Amino acid sequence: MHELSLIASVFDVLEEKAREHGATRVSAVVLRVGALSGAVPDLLESAFDAYKGGTLAEGARLVLEVVPVKLRCPDCGGATAREEADFSCAGCGSRRVEIVEGRELVVEKIELETDGD
Amino acid sequence: MSMKTIRVQADLLATNKQAAAAIRGELRRRGILCVNLLSSPGSGKTTLLEALADRLKGRFRMAVIEGDIETERDAERIRKKGIPAWQITTGGACHLEARMIGKILGEIPAEIDFLFIENVGNLVCPASYDLGEEVRCVLLSSPEGDDKPAKYPQAFLSADCLILTKTDLLPHLPFDPARAAAEASAIKPGLKVFSVSALLGDGIEALADHFVEALERMRSGRA
Repeated sequence: MHELSLIASVFDVLEEKAREHGATRVSAVVLRVGALSGAVPDLLESAFDAYKGGTLAEGARLVLEVVPVKLRCPDCGGATAREEADFSCAGCGSRRVEIVEGRELVVEKIELETDGD
Repeated sequence: MSMKTIRVQADLLATNKQAAAAIRGELRRRGILCVNLLSSPGSGKTTLLEALADRLKGRFRMAVIEGDIETERDAERIRKKGIPAWQITTGGACHLEARMIGKILGEIPAEIDFLFIENVGNLVCPASYDLGEEVRCVLLSSPEGDDKPAKYPQAFLSADCLILTKTDLLPHLPFDPARAAAEASAIKPGLKVFSVSALLGDGIEALADHFVEALERMRSGRA
């Protein structure tokens, strides 16, 4: 359960970006969460809700984009999408695959509100 | 009032990764091999460190950073072996982060060869945090069951080395070391697998030799 610590990092990013853009409020946050990132989407949502009160993201929506595992095979060049913890190439069965997607924990986009025009 | 959407693409673990990279750089410069031990609570991390302390004594100097939610107990056990030990009590946090290690780094004596970090007992969260270690080991004890690698893939995926512990209990348990090793190696090809009984001393020599080789490799890379 390290989601609260991850959400604290999200708020560091939000505050920095809001300041940079002169925004007064954050209305939406899009996170990309890899299936292998070790973070649980439901817990990220709870942590975000617990954290946002009294911050500039108080009324913000959290949008989670779960990124499935994608493997690339150096032996046959094939790409494999996996839902289970099976790290083998679907094409040739090689286990030397490289994980190209599925580990990310990224603030992808944020929606900012600024006073004025 | 106006609204705008900005693309950020900020890695949530970036701060930790930067801190870990700085630690790795400093430890390499100082010629200290750092090993991060991950496992469930009670799988034998502290007992393994006590056995390694006995094994390495007289030839190499080690230091230990202990991570626990509460108490100094583990650090006290290690200090009884004459090993310098620092206890990090996270007060509830389920993992260690690189900045916690960074704060202690300056206190580690210059003549140390090995820095072992015993992470908070948890097979999930610590896997996401690089502590600047050179070698990451996951421990799996025989009472936990040989089906754990596929259930906790992140920990095994991030490891360099799997240590099957409490092999002295194998006669009493349905644990199949070959199955555990095969399952973990399916997740992480090339994973080094060791079997130890820290109580009996079985397998400790091979594991200690592996760390010594890793130390020599790191130091020769530095030269």
